[in-house]
Amino acid sequence: MSCWETVADYGLRSIGIGERLLPREGYTLCQQFTLIGSGMIWNIYFGVLALCSGFFLATAVALGKASKNPVLRKASAWFIFLFRGSPLFIQFFFAYFLFLSLKPISPIFDPFTSAWLGALIVLFLNTAAYSGEIFYGALQSVPRGDIEAADAYGMSGWSRFKRVTWPTMLRLAWPAYTNEAIFLFHATTLVYFSGFPAWQQRGDALYYASFFADKTFNPFIPYPILAFYFILLTLCIISLFGLINRRLNRHLPQEARTKMKLKLNIIR
Amino acid sequence: MKFILLGTAALVITASVAFAGSHSVVRMGTEGAYPPYNFINDSGEVDGFERELGDELCARAELTCEWVTNEWDSIIPNLVSGNYDTIIAGMSITDERDEVIDFTQNYTQPDPSTYLALDGTDVDFDGGVIAAQANTIQAAFIAASGATLVEFATPDETIAAVRSGEADAVLADDAYLRPIAEENADLVVLDKQELIGGGVGMGVRESDTELKDKFNAAIQSMKDDGTLNALLAKWEIGPGF
Amino acid sequence: MFSFCVDPASLDDLAWMACYLTTGKHMAIYTSVFTVLLLLAITAPTALAFGFLGASSARSHFAPLSWFGKAYIAVVRGVPDIAFFLFFVIALDQLFEWIRHEVKCPDWTDSIWQGNDFVVCDIAKLPLGNSPQWVHETYGFMLAVLTFAIVFGAFAANVLYGAMRAVPHNQLETAESYGMTRRQVFWRILVPQMWVFALPGLSNLWMVLIKATPLLFLLGVEDIVYWARELGGAKTARFTDYPHGDWRMWYFLALLVFYLLFTRISEIVLDKVMRKLTHGQATLAGDAQRKAA
Repeated sequence: MSCWETVADYGLRSIGIGERLLPREGYTLCQQFTLIGSGMIWNIYFGVLALCSGFFLATAVALGKASKNPVLRKASAWFIFLFRGSPLFIQFFFAYFLFLSLKPISPIFDPFTSAWLGALIVLFLNTAAYSGEIFYGALQSVPRGDIEAADAYGMSGWSRFKRVTWPTMLRLAWPAYTNEAIFLFHATTLVYFSGFPAWQQRGDALYYASFFADKTFNPFIPYPILAFYFILLTLCIISLFGLINRRLNRHLPQEARTKMKLKLNIIR
Repeated sequence: MKFILLGTAALVITASVAFAGSHSVVRMGTEGAYPPYNFINDSGEVDGFERELGDELCARAELTCEWVTNEWDSIIPNLVSGNYDTIIAGMSITDERDEVIDFTQNYTQPDPSTYLALDGTDVDFDGGVIAAQANTIQAAFIAASGATLVEFATPDETIAAVRSGEADAVLADDAYLRPIAEENADLVVLDKQELIGGGVGMGVRESDTELKDKFNAAIQSMKDDGTLNALLAKWEIGPGF
Repeated sequence: MFSFCVDPASLDDLAWMACYLTTGKHMAIYTSVFTVLLLLAITAPTALAFGFLGASSARSHFAPLSWFGKAYIAVVRGVPDIAFFLFFVIALDQLFEWIRHEVKCPDWTDSIWQGNDFVVCDIAKLPLGNSPQWVHETYGFMLAVLTFAIVFGAFAANVLYGAMRAVPHNQLETAESYGMTRRQVFWRILVPQMWVFALPGLSNLWMVLIKATPLLFLLGVEDIVYWARELGGAKTARFTDYPHGDWRMWYFLALLVFYLLFTRISEIVLDKVMRKLTHGQATLAGDAQRKAA
């Protein structure tokens, strides 16, 4: 069997397209690359969706923590503390448990015990808490002059937030947010490892890597392949976030831009 | 690599013979999470059928043995890498494994795998949802059958899945499931059995023929004088020899 | 543990619980708390040292060294820690044994790979095959510390690298104009000042490190999450005197409290350190402190 056939058979195996059975012999490099790569679909799915949806909640939580309303402030602070203070392992465990006990109440909750939705919710809340803290820190360091200038232009409320506070906050938070994005993608490997069951042998990259490690009894091939894929993914994230960073800072003079970047590396 | 102190004094079985050669101490690797084969008892020590068997084998082969526990997933890589000298962890002898390590003769008859389900459910073996522990021969078996496989990281979770209705039944070794069904009125072991595993043997490095021969001889002597059958009966593991 | 624990089945709830929580197996989970704390205490400075080496070599003017530092940071940061842990400890162990093998048994003719087996001469084994159990354990523990330090060292290197670049450049130039050598500038000007810039990132890293401890069981150290799983799983009366249902929920709840408390305490301590460090520094926070005083 040529490698192309293997790719055709197993390239989309993780989402249930292609061969029903996983390979049972050979375990060639080609098979390992294909299946682990196929599992990456899930890592990217979890990472991208959680990051995109988490972004909005993170903004809300950051504003909540900075707000004057004590109820909002306490609630946001506790949300951040709870999710930043506990290992993802434990969050997955409790979420799965909760979703299971919700299941008998109504069939609406049926999909929640599957990884594609249940784990996504946990990752969404988790990244919202981490990014929320980053955004809160950035919000605290928005220069007062910027706000005063906005006031002087007669902006207030929503338009001031949209045009001045928010873009500045993002710009300040961006380097730390890039790190958080990398961590989040790495965290997606925990979904099938500890949290949620794998159905019909459809799993993420780590699931297939450990499948091969178990079949070949040799951890030195599948896990480095997994590492290779993740290094590629990380490089993509870094360059994509770098592009956005350039856009966020495009109005600054060249020198200030680099300076900004240096300083901001340190804000979490 | 899992080196845990499990009550040092109780662990070391001192054979009175001064043993020259490569194995002054034989390190026995087990999992410690698979009753009745091996588990950690209340006082935190390795216990179970294989603990008793292993101690007896070491005494007969005049070896000094020490017990260590290791994660199931990396139990073979750590053996070939030399972190312990034998695997004695309810490991079925399969062709795949035999290519990488050597096995002694089997010390249990092949243990059939059975299904555990909620009392009164009608399990559809060709279209239903069957749970199994990830990376086991049972998981591979279900994947190849018509049923929908759902895999969990630990055996505990597979049982919990049957209870919660996530899976219709769980497939695992009979010796593991039976005590659970006996203690829980709501769970039953179904009549249908699958013969997928071979017998259980001790795993040793392929280069370690000396140790393999010693244990083979010890197992044979236990088979011959009936002590092995007595142990199997005591821990209720399959038929005797 | 207690004298009345002989027949647990006959005890009332409270006494049963007291006996249950003091079995030898429960002692293991209490010990594992200290193991985890000890590991964190050793890993943090080691990782910081790795980070410091990584960052200073990435900054080096000697190109290969700088590439090495940058590659270390980029590669290790790019890989999920869990993937690293799954194969790295065995690799590290084999590397050490191979080095010892080359040194101690130069006239060994066989290959160290015999089929699938990794075989070194007996005196090169780490630890020696006949050494007592605690030596094996300590060695396993040290390997875990080293692996953790290598992984988190890369993150620390990234933070320190950023912090070194954040120290105002004019200060370094001023120092040079005073006739300091490059080495003197590095040690006397750059290093003392970079900490204040590095601390937020480092404290974040500390939080991440705390929360990575559940992965310790992959490295062969039995941590609290491992024991919580083992103890919490349903137990049948045949194999224990204390049968119970699926209690993982309660064990994990206890772990949740432990981790939240640990995080909170860390936050408070790190805040204090930060306040100390910013004192007198030419940063916004330092200015604020001056004004407040």
